[in-house]
Amino acid sequence: MIKKSNENNDLMINSSLYRDTAWPTKLLLSLTALICCSCSPNRDEAGDEARDLLVYCSEGSPDSFNPQLVTSGTSYDATANILYNQLVTYKPGTTEITPSLAKSWSISNDGLRYTFNLREDVPFHGSQIFTPSRTMNADDVLFSFNRQRLESHPFHGISGGRYPYFKAQSMEQLIKDIRKTGEHQVEFILTRRESPFLSILATPFASILSAEYAKQLNRLRHPEWIDNKPVGTGPFRFERYEPDAYIRYKRFDDYFSDSKRVKNLVFAITPDAAMRFARFSAGECDVMSYPLPVHLRVAQKNDLKSVQTPGLNVAYWAFNTEKPPFHDAKVRRALTMAVDREAILQTVYDRQATMAKNPIPPSSWAYNKDITKVTYSKRKALELLKEAGYENGFSIDIWAMPIQRAYNPNARKMAEMIQQDLADINIDVRIITYEWGTFLSRVSQGLHHSVLLGWNADNADPNNFFSPLLSCSSAISGNNYAKWCSSEFDQLILKARTSSEQSERTQYYLKAQEVFKQEAPWLTIAHANNSVLIQPEVAGLMVSPIGNINFEGVTLEVQVADPIDDKVSQ
Amino acid sequence: MFATLLKQLSTLAISLLGLTILTFILSLQSDTPVHQFQSDSVILQYFEYLQFLLNGDWGTSSIHKRSVLKDFLQHFPATIELILLAMILAVTTGLALGIIASTRRGGWLDNTLMTSSLVGYSMPIFWWGMLLVLLFSLTLGWTPVAGRIDFAYDIEPYTRFMLIDTLLHHNQYGFSAFLNALHHLVLPAITLSTIPMAIIARMTRSSLLAVLKSEYVRTARSKGISKQRIIWVHALRNALQPILTISGVQISIIMSGVIITEYIFAWPGIGKWLLEAVSRRDFASIQGGVLALSIIVIAFNLALDFISIYLNPRLRRPS
Repeated sequence: MIKKSNENNDLMINSSLYRDTAWPTKLLLSLTALICCSCSPNRDEAGDEARDLLVYCSEGSPDSFNPQLVTSGTSYDATANILYNQLVTYKPGTTEITPSLAKSWSISNDGLRYTFNLREDVPFHGSQIFTPSRTMNADDVLFSFNRQRLESHPFHGISGGRYPYFKAQSMEQLIKDIRKTGEHQVEFILTRRESPFLSILATPFASILSAEYAKQLNRLRHPEWIDNKPVGTGPFRFERYEPDAYIRYKRFDDYFSDSKRVKNLVFAITPDAAMRFARFSAGECDVMSYPLPVHLRVAQKNDLKSVQTPGLNVAYWAFNTEKPPFHDAKVRRALTMAVDREAILQTVYDRQATMAKNPIPPSSWAYNKDITKVTYSKRKALELLKEAGYENGFSIDIWAMPIQRAYNPNARKMAEMIQQDLADINIDVRIITYEWGTFLSRVSQGLHHSVLLGWNADNADPNNFFSPLLSCSSAISGNNYAKWCSSEFDQLILKARTSSEQSERTQYYLKAQEVFKQEAPWLTIAHANNSVLIQPEVAGLMVSPIGNINFEGVTLEVQVADPIDDKVSQ
Repeated sequence: MFATLLKQLSTLAISLLGLTILTFILSLQSDTPVHQFQSDSVILQYFEYLQFLLNGDWGTSSIHKRSVLKDFLQHFPATIELILLAMILAVTTGLALGIIASTRRGGWLDNTLMTSSLVGYSMPIFWWGMLLVLLFSLTLGWTPVAGRIDFAYDIEPYTRFMLIDTLLHHNQYGFSAFLNALHHLVLPAITLSTIPMAIIARMTRSSLLAVLKSEYVRTARSKGISKQRIIWVHALRNALQPILTISGVQISIIMSGVIITEYIFAWPGIGKWLLEAVSRRDFASIQGGVLALSIIVIAFNLALDFISIYLNPRLRRPS
């Protein structure tokens, strides 16, 4: 009886609910409709003004809008060449110094005095809180450098008071004084001869900020705005920044140079490389930063355009020369022979790099062409190890950097390949990796046997490789992770740094590279290309060898979509 | 009723106490202290820490020198927008699918729905999100890949809720900006709602089936009450109790899901902000972010408890 009623009940509910519960189905349908209705509103509806827009998918948020306060390339890209100018700059796409805010300069015979004549027609950006009353002059140059140089400067302590790049280059020791010798003339007095000085002045930390704007902010009691509501002389002015989302710039129409530029420039912050490539493929951005080797390959297949420049960088495997068995140069040389770098170039870089035989890349003027490349030979490596008394092998650690950089896209993979190569000559390899900050601090302490790292130059002078990476002083506190200190090498690079004749400097550097090869503190692995991907309509974009991106002179060309139109116009 | 409320509030107090003690201990471990304390004793320092928190001083990011609380509040609207839409999607679709399945128990539709909900339930969200992007954005081109709106629309962030801000720009762009923003929300919301939707659908089905079988539904039917009224008034309201409980548990799933979803879709909310902070070792932001997220989860669960109590008279009596 009960059973029967149960069945009945079910049956009734089933049949009757068929109609009544049509609502969930309707709801689902309407949701789908909503999704589809919101499809495909496009850019054109936003109006003409917005159409001259270039979107750059960048790899991260800037730490500050003042390049003096930071060292990351991401922050430099968003500031140095967009919002600001420096006294001198690099000719786009090259490492050659050309005038920028300084129209000319002279260097005294002893190399200690640099006199710069400034342009007189350089306006600063205006904003809601600032209307510049004058063009750029010597006061602005003094303000920009003295803020970093003098602890007594009223703006020195603003935003933390740390100027990492200025410190790292020991600029406070190098610059004795900066003098205003005229309304549009400044003089830098150095404590010692420093040949790379002009290259140093072309780096982002030497950007010129407005002294008048600083005064205005002091009146408003918000001096810190100088670093997050930036005002500069650059080709674009700052409009808005939403952290982790985007940065919006507008063309600065009073810019002192009449270079072509787009009206609106947006940095779409997209840290994940795969997502960045997806956005680029879907046409959401016109330029994509730091494509992985695999993206470049896919792009090639699909006729997408890429812009590539041989980079001023190097990836290397440094042997800790303070730890046995690496105190023995023979062992180091043996290990450099035992690694198949061809395979690494193929697998890790996907051929988007050149094999390195020197610590500096071929595009540098100090490059030693005559050094012979180490040839991969396990037999020779074994012989050398036997000579050194290590024929029975040993075990070592390789520390692989945990993050991906253009110069070293996958250190972990690289370490695994070296591990296999070394297994053949009885060397047992353990691969070690830590979170990036911990990794760097432990490697600085010298806890590693050997480490896979890389370096990207921040100015084009060869000194930027030798001094920070291989000098004796950098072995104590710096980036010399081989902890290698050769007095011969150190003398050579010191002489090269302080002589003013380029031919003379070249001779010293060529010799230094020979010493380097003989001593083999590193296995130099590769110089990677700096590359970005661009949509076909982007014209005029160049990537500098240093890796900075510059949107001055970049335009969007209207593509002729329909071949019929073409015929008619002919 | 009053006693129950009191009990709930005391649980809240204890949770908050534990939470702040935990973050306080974490802050002591960091090399770069977030706050400067006056006193030497750890216990007094803890009270100072609480005072800092109450005054809105959650520390300053060591990387970009912005106030952590301000940063959090700036990123929060984007997350809320995404979570709200995902929740609406999960609850409405989940309920609908559950009801459809329960009324066709054992049929092919029920089987299909339950199998796909099982699949949806066990889907790793980062993989699912990527898959959706691959299909809808890259292959079909129906939806945008990432971001909150097309950059052709220059939207001043008044409220930082993109849907509201775009409506405030109505004079400039009409409704096209709003639709564009909605369009950008679709894929992230679907990705985020998949797991809760599957769970809610399964729960609705089983709960509704149990209720529909119960004696009082049969009694109601024998009285000749309409079927619609039985579902809406009798069955669903009672079935809702476990569904609501389950939905409450979803908030922690959604919170962890939203971090991944935001990362995938470059969605500038709390999740992306926290991940960025972790990758840059910005301890002040991590600490502040974790504390704020935990408070939100606790508060949300408390609110749900109150709703449950309101809906179910049996819970009003303290046990």
